[in-house]
Amino acid sequence: MSAVDTVSFRRTRDLDPYKLGHREAGEHGLATGHGEGGPASKRVIVGYGFWIFLLSDVVLFSCLFAAHAVLQTATAGGPSGRELFNPWSIAIETACLLASSFTCGLSAVATGVRSQIWTQLTLAITGLLGLAFLLLEAHDFAGMVAAGAGPTRSAFLSSLFAVVGCHGCHVTAGLLWLGTMMAQVFFKGFRPNILRRLLCFNLFWHVLDIIWVALFTIVYLIGEGR
Amino acid sequence: MFVPLAVGDMLGKLTLNAIPLDQPIPLIAGGVVILVVVAVIAWIVLRGHLPYLWREWITSVDHKRIGVMYVLLGLVMLLRGFIDAIMMRSQQALAFHAAGYLPPEHYDQVFSAHGTIMIFFAAMPLMIGLMNFVVPLQLGVRDVAFPTLNSTSFWLTATGALLVNISLVIGEFARTGWLPYPPLSEARYSPGVGVDYYLWALQISGVGTLLTGVNFVTTILKIRAPGMSYLRMPVFCWTALCANLLIVAAFPVLTATLAMLLLDRYLGFHFFTNSAGGNMMMFINLIWAWGHPEVYILVLPAFGVFSEVIPTFSGKPLFGYRSMVVATLFICLVSFLVWLHHFFTMGAGGDVNATFGIATSIIAVGTGVKIYNWMFTMYGGRIRFATPMLWSMGFLVTFTIGGMTGVLLAVPPADFQLHNSLFLVAHFHNVIIAGVLFAAFAGLTYWFPKAFGFRLHEGWGKAAFWFSLAGFYITFIPLYAVGLLGMTRRMQHYDLALWRPWVLAAGVGILVFMCALACQVIQLVVSIRRREELRDFTGDPWNGRSLEWSTASPPPAFNFAVLPNVQGEEPYWHIKRRAIETQQLTAEPDYQPIEMPRNSPTGFITAFFATVTGFALIWDIWWLVGVGLACAYAVFVWFAWRDVEEHQIPAEEVARIDRARRKAREEWLATEGHEEWLTSHGQGGTS
Repeated sequence: MSAVDTVSFRRTRDLDPYKLGHREAGEHGLATGHGEGGPASKRVIVGYGFWIFLLSDVVLFSCLFAAHAVLQTATAGGPSGRELFNPWSIAIETACLLASSFTCGLSAVATGVRSQIWTQLTLAITGLLGLAFLLLEAHDFAGMVAAGAGPTRSAFLSSLFAVVGCHGCHVTAGLLWLGTMMAQVFFKGFRPNILRRLLCFNLFWHVLDIIWVALFTIVYLIGEGR
Repeated sequence: MFVPLAVGDMLGKLTLNAIPLDQPIPLIAGGVVILVVVAVIAWIVLRGHLPYLWREWITSVDHKRIGVMYVLLGLVMLLRGFIDAIMMRSQQALAFHAAGYLPPEHYDQVFSAHGTIMIFFAAMPLMIGLMNFVVPLQLGVRDVAFPTLNSTSFWLTATGALLVNISLVIGEFARTGWLPYPPLSEARYSPGVGVDYYLWALQISGVGTLLTGVNFVTTILKIRAPGMSYLRMPVFCWTALCANLLIVAAFPVLTATLAMLLLDRYLGFHFFTNSAGGNMMMFINLIWAWGHPEVYILVLPAFGVFSEVIPTFSGKPLFGYRSMVVATLFICLVSFLVWLHHFFTMGAGGDVNATFGIATSIIAVGTGVKIYNWMFTMYGGRIRFATPMLWSMGFLVTFTIGGMTGVLLAVPPADFQLHNSLFLVAHFHNVIIAGVLFAAFAGLTYWFPKAFGFRLHEGWGKAAFWFSLAGFYITFIPLYAVGLLGMTRRMQHYDLALWRPWVLAAGVGILVFMCALACQVIQLVVSIRRREELRDFTGDPWNGRSLEWSTASPPPAFNFAVLPNVQGEEPYWHIKRRAIETQQLTAEPDYQPIEMPRNSPTGFITAFFATVTGFALIWDIWWLVGVGLACAYAVFVWFAWRDVEEHQIPAEEVARIDRARRKAREEWLATEGHEEWLTSHGQGGTS
């Protein structure tokens, strides 16, 4: 190990500021945020940290999924998934959410070219699709409760309402965040910190979609067969 | 939601009956606490310290300040948990063929509060506090990834602690043990607010802990000084990384599990009930899927502390650095594969129990590697028996005993005999006191001069150590014995004469512990009074090896005027050697202005509304829940709306502060830092 103090890290910031996957020969480990490259940029730090948070959120959902898997047949003489689920309603909900993820992606493109109007428009459509999803879900829930199949009926229904409801709460929080972001983009423009928040919001919204895909499979597809 | 207008209804379940006027012990205890708190606040306000406190501490986003506040919270709650321990030991000492002085419903609250407080509000803040203070300094950087979030994490933890203490005077605490097993913890069998206090305190502080995990994983993986590659990080950073990875992976499990119990209790769900298909063993599985990693969340940073202290006071680099890193990662992974050993008696079958028993024994291998590494670090070194080193050596011996009883408990047939006995209680106190608590005190004594600019008094520190060590053995070896004699945990009274002497011996042990506590308090008072003679001028009071010792004591807000350029393991040791060999410091750098995050009251205000919301949820005051949540959202928007996030420290200011540090170092070089120092202070890291 040498103790000679020579500044050995060169950076070509202008070409590829974060050197994401573009290390040059002989510069192994010198990209910022990697190996010996020193602190990462703020954008990388924020995005990375938010990914870590999202992973923890996925763990939270995995517990609810595990609980649902355990309790899926514990209907206590009450209705099962086959009797309760309305495939059409769930299909429309799924379509709304997947479409909202697509428009959310479009908003990222619009932000990339710094278009205020397209960013606002695509975010608004994302929000409306999310709202439609929520209303449909609430309608489904209300119908089930009215039919005597509320969460207190059986352990199966408890876990169903919990896992789907938890996803719904996330969508609700996402809508609040989305509204706040639209206001921020409108009043403050595309400042670096606003751009970082939009990045995080995009990640959040797409992860909700991923969760929904798992939820669709585990709760509805498998539940339909029980 | 319907909002009732009558004032009585507006307070939900809360009435004057919630104050335990008929129970003198909690009332007097609560009264004393309130008196002390009011006195402290009055003193602060009257002496005009409030603006300073608000500006420099409450709204601070500096990782060092937050670390100090975490440790302070941990110490205060350690005192509270210790008082619970005294009550339990004294109750059992008296309650032989007698009722003792604590009625069962109160005794149950005491042991539940003791466990909850010690794990969540003493051990966790102590470890997280040390990580907060030390990790950015060791990585050679200026702060954590998300400073304001860090402040929020701390204040949310404080919220949890506050709610637990409020339960002392308003209502009651849980009687369900430190983990509220259903169906006992369900609304049907625990209709009071005790379990709700427990659940909301943990949910709120759990969010804080999770955010700490996110913050530190990001910090350690993405923000290190130039040249600080993974395998150059001090082992404390490695253990902090693994502990925080465990937090990120395990705390959501706790949140989800407690949320399910909350749904059961508040909305009549059937996750864990014994009717309508609920499955209470699922709670036991889920809670321990968090609970076992939690053990390692606590003890991994403790291992990190010892890995810093032992090399420093042995004058040698850590033996087997890479094997230490591998062992840490191994423990991090395997800690998720052993949870079932907490309930072998569930009856999952021989194969399942054997699998988890073997996994549990294997995890001891990783710890064993570490124990040998520490011993080999000491071997051939010039050991200085300073207080932190005494704690470390006490740990080495005591923790090994605890580890061996752990391996014993990992054998399912033995566990069937010892399950829920005082043998188990003795085992986990053995590893947590000798592991986490000894580490906390080792780390506290070790890094205290870095935080405050003066050392703690050695004599009183050593006395505290010896009393703690003796107190530990006198308390818990009898509990091992009486556990083998069949005494189960959590007994409010007992009639078997065979147990009596052991229980009395444990009672004597707690008296010795009280002496240790007295020594700790005296140590602090004496050290503050004699701070001038204990002053640390150079910033390197222990002849340290990692980067935190290259800063002044206390370090400036920005830690490093220029980020260090790391060339190898133990970077500061090499900087020091080179300075002595060449008899000069490196050339003065070109000072640049430094951007630092602005202070923010966001964390404090968020925690205030979290407290309000939590209290309202416990007492079913629904309108207040709505108000609290709405205000929390408003704080979020208000914080997101601010335009200036950072303030700049001018280059001249940076230069002035750093030149003062360099001057102290140059004086040290001229007086003490000669060739003889190199030969008398052990080996370098170049072997």
